[in-house]
Amino acid sequence: MMERHPFGGTGVPKQAPAVTVTGNFYWDTDNTSDQQALVPLFQDLEFRLEPSCWTCLLGTSGIGKSTLLRLIAGLQTDGIFNGTVAADDALPIVDRIAYMAQSDLLFPWLSVERNIATGAMLRRQTVNQQRLDELLLQTGLAEHRHKKPGELSGGMRQRTALARTLMEDTPIVLLDEPFSALDTRTRADMQQLAATMLQDKTVLLVTHDAAEALRLGHHIYALSTTGMAACDIPAEPPLRDMTSAAVIDAQRDLLLRLNS
Amino acid sequence: MLNTPSPQSVQRESFRVRDVVLTTLVLLLLWQIIVWVTGVPRYILPGPAAVASAWVSNVGLIGENTWVTAIEVIAGLIIGTGFGAATALLLMMSSTLRRFLMPVLVLSQTIPVFALAPLLTLWLGYGLSSKIVMTILIIYFPVTSTFLDGLRGTPSGFLDLAQTMRSYRLQTLLRVRVPAALPSLTSGIRLASVYAPIGAIIGEWVGASKGLGYLMLLANGRVKTDLMFAALITLCVFTLVLRIVVGLLCRKIDTWAGKGL
Repeated sequence: MMERHPFGGTGVPKQAPAVTVTGNFYWDTDNTSDQQALVPLFQDLEFRLEPSCWTCLLGTSGIGKSTLLRLIAGLQTDGIFNGTVAADDALPIVDRIAYMAQSDLLFPWLSVERNIATGAMLRRQTVNQQRLDELLLQTGLAEHRHKKPGELSGGMRQRTALARTLMEDTPIVLLDEPFSALDTRTRADMQQLAATMLQDKTVLLVTHDAAEALRLGHHIYALSTTGMAACDIPAEPPLRDMTSAAVIDAQRDLLLRLNS
Repeated sequence: MLNTPSPQSVQRESFRVRDVVLTTLVLLLLWQIIVWVTGVPRYILPGPAAVASAWVSNVGLIGENTWVTAIEVIAGLIIGTGFGAATALLLMMSSTLRRFLMPVLVLSQTIPVFALAPLLTLWLGYGLSSKIVMTILIIYFPVTSTFLDGLRGTPSGFLDLAQTMRSYRLQTLLRVRVPAALPSLTSGIRLASVYAPIGAIIGEWVGASKGLGYLMLLANGRVKTDLMFAALITLCVFTLVLRIVVGLLCRKIDTWAGKGL
């Protein structure tokens, strides 16, 4: 287990850093660390999350994009990583991340507002009530604050999860396909809300949806069996208009690349 | 994802009370007919009418002894659940303890607990305590093992989230693992509520001066078979009521914990 620091102290700068992952990662297919059974996910990788930008990592299911995110988050992976995950300000990363997954991971026994304040509860800190109230308003959950997750729609649940991520107020935010279980309309709303509220953070968004990457990403990388490659992106900044010609062209290129 | 499979799910299927009452009445009628037709003597098999009249004429005696058994069962249930839950928490906190104690706990289940009843009576006497301990022994393991299974089966996403939030180990246990494991604990308690009366009755059979088990032996010895049946049926009704009450409490806990979401 990692060293734990009380979060949000004076020593933690709020400026979002760049994060770089370098090294090799091998799947440990039979859990024996036997050299024969190691399958490379990436070798001599150098993957950089630009500061205060959305970096999208695009790839088909099972390709290993979540593994890269989990490495940055300091979470357990089923493989062996030889390399480093470092921020350009040389401060530890695990103190400064917030994590949001495809499944909302709301605790069904806690109300919306207590779910949003989960981080403070788990670190035995007092909840920043003012920020909680702000976030409830901004995510449109104020009138549902006392409801339990079981009483909410899928979109409201994911909004609660987003509010919980924002409540952490960390400079680095790791999003593991957080919108993929939502219906099209709700997904578009959530993308917009997230883009607005996370705009000064260093964000990694892992997704299999080329359109989502193009709508949200300042930088897009495609991960395929042949390795990782940076993708061309339209000149206009996110949130991009999905009907513009440049975006539609870029989307076609991305899909061709993913299917190759 | 959060739907913890419950070994009790079959029992939780709701039955219509009317149907149950109807079946019971038919069975009682059948019983009475068998007694009439075969002419079996009353001291071998009394009919339901005879049992009912024995129940009515001994209502004070039965009530007094039901009260004693109820105290033994409920005390055993509460203390046993407490011990079981505490053991599960302890085993969850320490992998060393788990390594050394878990095999012993599992092996201890090969001891026929009933065989310990004479020893308990020898050590603890004829009073309530030997019966309460017997009840605790019977329900301890089901509660411990179901709760421990639940504690160890916390959805990995919850633990990932807690880790990225830099949760303290104890906070993760108390604020994440325990609430997520409550539906497992309640299925253990449901099982326990059915086993608990068995413990108390065995304890009373081996040596007691009060309780439904004692009353059954007493009636049997005096060939008051109708009174014995009356005590037996009272015990069944008590167990049923206990199971229903415990089931309702457990359902409240499950609802709070968000089971099935």
